[in-house]
Parts: sequence; C-alpha cells; structure tokens
Amino acid sequence: MNRSIITVVGKDTVGIIAKVCTYLAEQQINILDITQTIVQGYFNMMMIVDTSHISDNFKTIVSGLDDLGNSIGVQIKCQREEIFEKMHRI
Amino acid sequence: MINLNEAIETLRMIRQDNLDVRTVTVGISLLDCAASSVDEICTRIRKKITETAGRLAVTADDISREFGIPIVNKRISVTPISIVGASACRCPQDFVRIAVTLDELAEELGVNFLGGYSAIVSKGMTESDRLLIQSIPEALACTSRICSSVNVGSTKTGINMDAVRLMGEIIKATAAATADSDSSGCTKLVVLCNAPDDNPFMAGAFHGVTEPDAVINVGVSGPGVVKYALESVRGESFEVLCETIKKTAFKITRVGQLVAQEASRRLGIPFGIIDLSLAPTPAVGDSVADILHEIGIGKAGAPGTTAALALLNDQVKKGGVMASSYVGGLSGAFIPVSEDQGMIDAAECGALTIEKLEAMTCVCSVGLDMIAIPGDTPASTVSGIIADEAAIGMVNQKTTAVRIIPVVGKTTGDSVEFGGLLGHAPIMPVNNFGCEDFISRTGRIPAPIHSFKN
Repeated sequence: MNRSIITVVGKDTVGIIAKVCTYLAEQQINILDITQTIVQGYFNMMMIVDTSHISDNFKTIVSGLDDLGNSIGVQIKCQREEIFEKMHRI
Repeated sequence: MINLNEAIETLRMIRQDNLDVRTVTVGISLLDCAASSVDEICTRIRKKITETAGRLAVTADDISREFGIPIVNKRISVTPISIVGASACRCPQDFVRIAVTLDELAEELGVNFLGGYSAIVSKGMTESDRLLIQSIPEALACTSRICSSVNVGSTKTGINMDAVRLMGEIIKATAAATADSDSSGCTKLVVLCNAPDDNPFMAGAFHGVTEPDAVINVGVSGPGVVKYALESVRGESFEVLCETIKKTAFKITRVGQLVAQEASRRLGIPFGIIDLSLAPTPAVGDSVADILHEIGIGKAGAPGTTAALALLNDQVKKGGVMASSYVGGLSGAFIPVSEDQGMIDAAECGALTIEKLEAMTCVCSVGLDMIAIPGDTPASTVSGIIADEAAIGMVNQKTTAVRIIPVVGKTTGDSVEFGGLLGHAPIMPVNNFGCEDFISRTGRIPAPIHSFKN
C-alpha cells in the first residue's frame, strides 16, 4: 500500500468534501481515514489515502488537487505519508 | 497513525515558517580525472560529473513535489581542484579553464553552485596549490556558479601564515576583479580552518579525499520553525527553552534525513551525512538573529548574545543527532550577516560589530560570514582577520571560516546588494590599526598544545 496524506485548509464552504472525494474517486484513490474539524470558521481536514492504484503519476495528482483547491478557495496538499511519520514518530 | 494536529503542524512549518531542505549536495570524487593535459582533464570531468549527477535536479524536484517539502538548492561538490589539476596545470590560466568547464556543467545540470575550486594548504603549499590560489580572482570573475575555498590551518598542523598572507591579497584581488558587481566574487570565496571533508554548504563545500567516489550530503534549515516554537515558551526556564529547541531540531532534521535517504535511493549514490545547521535566508522570519531575540536578547550583538548562541547551537545538535543516522559537515547555527535580516538590522543600528561576531564564532559554526567591509581595507588587515578566525578554530578544535567582502568603492555607512539568497549588507567598520608587521612574517604558527586546558 502507498499511503499519502491529503490536507485541506481554508475558509469553510458548501461541498468541499464532496468535491475532493469526487476527484479522488475519479483518480482511483481509496480513502482510508478522514478527520475533519471547523475552527473559527476555518475548515481543517486530513485524509489518509491509498495511492497504489492511481492511473496518473503522483505529481499529476498533487497538481490536480492544487488546482481543485484553487477553484474551491482552499489549500489542498497531497504528500507522501512518510514526511509526517518521520517528523512525529520516533 | 498521524493525527490532524500533527499534520497541520507540519504544514505550518513548511508554509509559514519557511521550513525547507536547504541543499542536496552530491559530492563527487574527481581523482580519477587527473590527466597529462588540461583538455583531457576537462573532458574526463565533464563525463564523470554528468554520469554521476545528471539526474540530480530532476530527482530533487520529484522528491520535493511528492513529499511537499521545498528543496531550495541542488549542488555539487568536487575533489579540491588543486589536486585534480596538479598533473597538467602549469599556470593560473590552466586552472581557470577547469573552472569554466565546471561552471558550464553546473548550468547544464541545473545546479546553482558547484564547490571545490579549492586548495588544502593547512601546513604547506604545493606549486599546484599556489597556482590555483593565484587563479581564484579570474576564475570567480569569469564564472557565476563556482565556489572556491582555501583551508589555511588545522588543529593538528597549526596555521599556514604564508597562505593567510596570500589569501588577504587574493580576497582583495577578487574584489577588484568583480568590482562592477559590488565585489560579488568574494561571496563565493571562503578561507577555512579545520575544513570538513563532507560539508554540503557553500561556499566551503568540497569533496574531501577521505570520501567515497560519490556521496549525498544534505543540509537542513529552519530558523523560522525554531523561532515559532520558542514564541510559545516566552518567560519559561532554560530547561523548557532547551527542550523546545531540541524537539524542534529533531523534527527539522528528520525531514532532512528522509530527503537524503530518498535521494540516495533514487540516484543510487550512498548517503553521507546530514548537516545540522540552522541556515538563515534574507526572508523575513527565517533568521537566527530573530531566534536570539526570542530567547531574550534585545538585538543580536547585545551582551548575552554569545551565551544564547552557544545554548542554541548545542540544543540544535542534541536534537538533531538523534534524528539522523549520520551527522557531519559544519553542523551549527550560521551567522552570516547579509543573509539574515535580523543580523542586517543589528549591524545597521550598531548593535553588532565585527569584534562581537568574532566572539560569537567561538561557540557556533562557522565564522565571519558574508560581512561587507570598506573597499580600502588593506590586504594585511584582511589577513589579520583571517588569522584571528583561524586561531579560534585551531585552538578550539572547530571549523572556522572567513567570507568577507571588501567592496570596491564603498565605505562605512554605505550598503551593498548581492541579491537572492546572498542578501544585502551594510558596510561594517573595521579596526583601523594595522598588523602589517605580523602578517609579513613568513612560515606558520605551530600547532597548539592540547593539554593544560584553559
């Protein structure tokens, strides 16, 4: 399994999760876990996803999500899980 | 499993606090490129570097995108060219031809600096070393990506004062040769004592002869991250302060370790070391001086600065050492003046002087770095500054360095703009009393005794 972490941060609005999930489904990306909260009107979401079966390469997914974030008005980052694991776990 | 807060913390470090991997540097041995003609050496160098590091820039960009961490610089360090060119170079211009070849290669490969136009002369100078050193002003004037360094002393050998005297003149000549760009050639020239073989940071990077054929060394950064972490412990005890720095340094270094291992795997080049340095940039908030301020020092240079810096440097190492399997290079907080907005401010308002900077270099890496001084400073005074700094390194068994820029046509009160990561700087005043008779003595300062510590 190739796990990555998608973070979405920005002003809350209708349909953020729907749009992100639709994009992921189109790219054959399976969602393993979702955590989401609203802090002072700001939307914070983290998804752990499996990118083993993606049809495009990883870089395209990263920029695709970036573009999607721009169209919704939030910042979406897709990063390989290791950077978080290494930083926060011994 | 990673939780939301941890994910957000990592994102914040990268987006707001300027966390990045400062450099992925591939060290390449050019010992097998020695030949009997300069043309043949250049051909072999071209082949060796292209084969070894041809994919460096692309690979680093891929890693950067996949992990979402900026990798600011892709660099190459090579075997000191005075050794590589010794068999064929008979005049300084021969060495300049090698410099031009290296410069072309750096541009072709998308590498912003290539280090190793160097000579190691801590005890004595070969003819080849002398020719290379003499070629430095022209080599730096006619190239844009080449970095040059000269190691003039070590704890084991003492200080080669003939080299120190020569380097004072060479720095002045380099300033003159690049006078039309505010003597910017000197920003790519550093004089070292106890130079490490595996330093990934410019201008002092070279691939030492103790190193393997090729190796990946990574320099991390992150002053902004440390500063942000310290904002939450204002007024707390030293214990809390130190723990916070250590934890932050650990996190920063782990990112460097991850990138280094990934680059090593993808390029098929062994991983060498992580350099645990807090390397500032002129970007606001990416400043070591700001960390000192956060620790409680009004302005960098005020009383207490040296102690605060010693504390910072030590905690960064303590946190970083556990995060990486191999640590090396310079490993310490950098205090370049022109590359750190907080340092620039401190120098401009008179809080920070060259003498205080010298004291600060006793407790951190790496030395008097990126300091602009008046263009009419005599060569012997430049040599005197080098000798002082080398003495600190020699006696304290640490790396020290001098990268000063006597800016032609400018004097105290003026300022100079180097652009990009090199930043801008006020011209700092230099002590006007001379040391000519000291510098004109020949020979070397003997190695220090290491008993009777005081």
